[in-house]
Amino acid sequence: MASGPSTYTPSNGFMRWLDARLPIVRFANDNLLSFPTPKNLNYAYTFGAILFYCLVIQIVTGIVLAMHFIPNSALAFGSVEYIMRDVNYGWLIRYIHMNGASFFFIAVYVHIFRGIYYGSYKAPREILWILGVIIFLLMCATGFLGYTLPWSQMSLWGANVITNLLGALLGQDFTQWLWGGYSVDNPTLQRFFSLHYLLPFVILGVSVLHVWALHHVGNNNPTGIEPKGPQDTVPLMPYYTTKYYFVIALFTIAFAAVVFYAPNLFGHVDHYVEGNPLKTPAHIAPEWYLAAFYAMLRAIDFNFILDSKVLGVLVMVGAIGILFLVPWLDTSKVRSARYRPVFWWCFWIFVADYAVLSWAGLQPAGVVLFQTGVGEDGNPVGFSITHLSQIGTIYYFGFFLLIMPLLGLFETPRPLPDSIATAVLAKKKGGAAAPAGAASAPETRV
Amino acid sequence: MSAATHDEATRRDFLYVFSGAAAGVGVAVTAWPFIDQMNPSAATQALATTEVPLAPIAEGQQITVMWQGKPTWVRRRTAAEIEQVRAMSNSELKDPQPDQERVKKPEWLVVIGICTHLGCIPNRDNAGQPGGYLCACHGSVYDASGRILRGPAPLNLAVPPYEFVSDTLIRIG
Repeated sequence: MASGPSTYTPSNGFMRWLDARLPIVRFANDNLLSFPTPKNLNYAYTFGAILFYCLVIQIVTGIVLAMHFIPNSALAFGSVEYIMRDVNYGWLIRYIHMNGASFFFIAVYVHIFRGIYYGSYKAPREILWILGVIIFLLMCATGFLGYTLPWSQMSLWGANVITNLLGALLGQDFTQWLWGGYSVDNPTLQRFFSLHYLLPFVILGVSVLHVWALHHVGNNNPTGIEPKGPQDTVPLMPYYTTKYYFVIALFTIAFAAVVFYAPNLFGHVDHYVEGNPLKTPAHIAPEWYLAAFYAMLRAIDFNFILDSKVLGVLVMVGAIGILFLVPWLDTSKVRSARYRPVFWWCFWIFVADYAVLSWAGLQPAGVVLFQTGVGEDGNPVGFSITHLSQIGTIYYFGFFLLIMPLLGLFETPRPLPDSIATAVLAKKKGGAAAPAGAASAPETRV
Repeated sequence: MSAATHDEATRRDFLYVFSGAAAGVGVAVTAWPFIDQMNPSAATQALATTEVPLAPIAEGQQITVMWQGKPTWVRRRTAAEIEQVRAMSNSELKDPQPDQERVKKPEWLVVIGICTHLGCIPNRDNAGQPGGYLCACHGSVYDASGRILRGPAPLNLAVPPYEFVSDTLIRIG
C-alpha cells in the first residue's frame, strides 16, 4: 500500500512470527509511521486526518443514538425529545452528532477546495480524486437521510422535496418504490433509518480505498512537484502526526464551542416542530452544506429544451457530477495555483461563488435584494435571490467547463522551483540554511 | 483465457458463458424480492379509498381529507369562481385543460393538494390569483380549478379518481 520499500524490522521473536503470518504491524508501520510525506505540507493538508476524526465521532455517537431512537413516524419525534430530556447525556450526544455533521462538511469543503487549489486531482491522482467525490456524494446522502429522522416539519418536507426531485428524473413508480407508499410516511422513515445506519460504513470502506490510492501515489504538495528523493520528504510520524494532533485539538475547541454554546447555530426552528403532512412550512431550507446545490436547482425557473423542473434537477445533479470530470477538464500541466496567477484569481472567485450560492440556497425563493419597481400584483420586483443564484450557477459551471480547459492553453505560469527542497530553502532565505538532507530521514538515526 | 490460442469457440468457452449466464439469472431472480420489498406493502395498498360526505361543506368552503396519505381537497366553488375559471383561455395556461374536464360537477372541485413541482402543499391565497392557490416553497400559482398559471410547477394539480356515490357522498380512489 505504501509507496517505497518497507522499513519495518520486527523487534522480537513474536513479532517475527506474527509478521510472517499477518504483516499487520508492518502495514501500520509503513502507512502510519514511516510513510514518506513531502516536507512542505501546510495546514490545509491536515483535513484528511480531521475527516477521519469526524467520521469516527459520527459513527460512535450515531450507534449510541440508535439505541434510543425509534424509527416510527408516530414515535420518532417524541423519541428525539426523549433523548434530549431523559437519556443520560442524551442532549450532549445528540448535539455532538447533529453539529458533527456540519463540522464534517466544513472539513470536507476545506479538503475539496485544497485539492482544487493545489491541482491534487491531476495525474496520477485521478482515481484518488474520484474516490473522494464518491465519498462526498455518500456524505451528502447520509446527511440528508439523517436530517429526515427526527420527523420534524423540516425532516418531512425536506424528504418530500428531495424524493420528488428524484421522481422528476425517474418517474412516479420510482418515488413510490422509494417511499414504500403513496407519500413520505412510516415505511419511508424506517428505510431511511436503515440506510442512514449503513452508509457511514460504506463511507469508511471507500475512505480506505481513498487512503490506499493516496499512499500508492503519495501526497501532492503546495509546489505541485513530485518529491525527487529523500531530501524532499519526511516520515509521517512524528512530523505530520504532531501537526494532526495540533489541528485536531483546535478543531475540537471550535466544535465544542458550538456544541456547548450554540448547539442550534446550524439548525432551523422548524426542526423542533413535529412533521405534519397537511401543512408545508412557509420556507423549506436544506442544511447549509447542501444549500449551494439547492440554490442551483431553484435558479432554473425557465424552460430550455427541457422542462424547467427536469432541467433544474439535471443542473443540480450535474453540479456534483461535473466534479468527476475535473481531472480531464483542467488542461494546465502546472498543478499548484501558487504558480498559476490567473487560476489563483479564478479559484478564489469560485470559493466566494460557492459561499454566495450556499447563502442564496438558505433564503426564501424570490426575495428581492435590489428593488427596481413594483409589479402588477403590488409585490416588489428587481434583482432577486433567483437572479443571484443564476449568476452563481453560471460561474460555477463556467469555472469547470470554460476556465479550467481554456486557462491551461492561455495562461503563462510562473517558473516552477527545481524541487521541493529548493522551494522550502528559498522560502527560508535570510535565515540559516539547514544542511541539505539533515532532517530528512531522522528515523535512520533511531 | 485458455482459449486465447483458438480462433473458434471451444467447449470450455461455452461452459464459461453458460455458467456465467446461469449465475447472472440466479442473482437477478434472488435480487428481485429484495428490490420489490420496498414497494408499497399490501397494508398500504389496502388504504386506497376514502369516502367524503359533502353535506357539511358550505359554498366557498374547502376541506382537506387524506387519501393514500396525500392531502386531497374537496372544494365547493361559488358561481363566480366557476365562471372565472371557465372564462380562462388555453393560451393563459401552461398545462391547457378546460375546467369541464377537471370536475364531475361544476360546483365540486376534487384535487390532490400537492404542488406538482416538488411536493409542497399550496395554500389558498389570493395574492397569486384571486380564488386560487399559491405554493410558498417555490412560488407556483394555481387557479380555482387547480391549474398551473405561473411558477416552476409544470403540471396542473392532479385530479384523483373519484365517483359520486350519491349527491352528498363521494368516494375517492
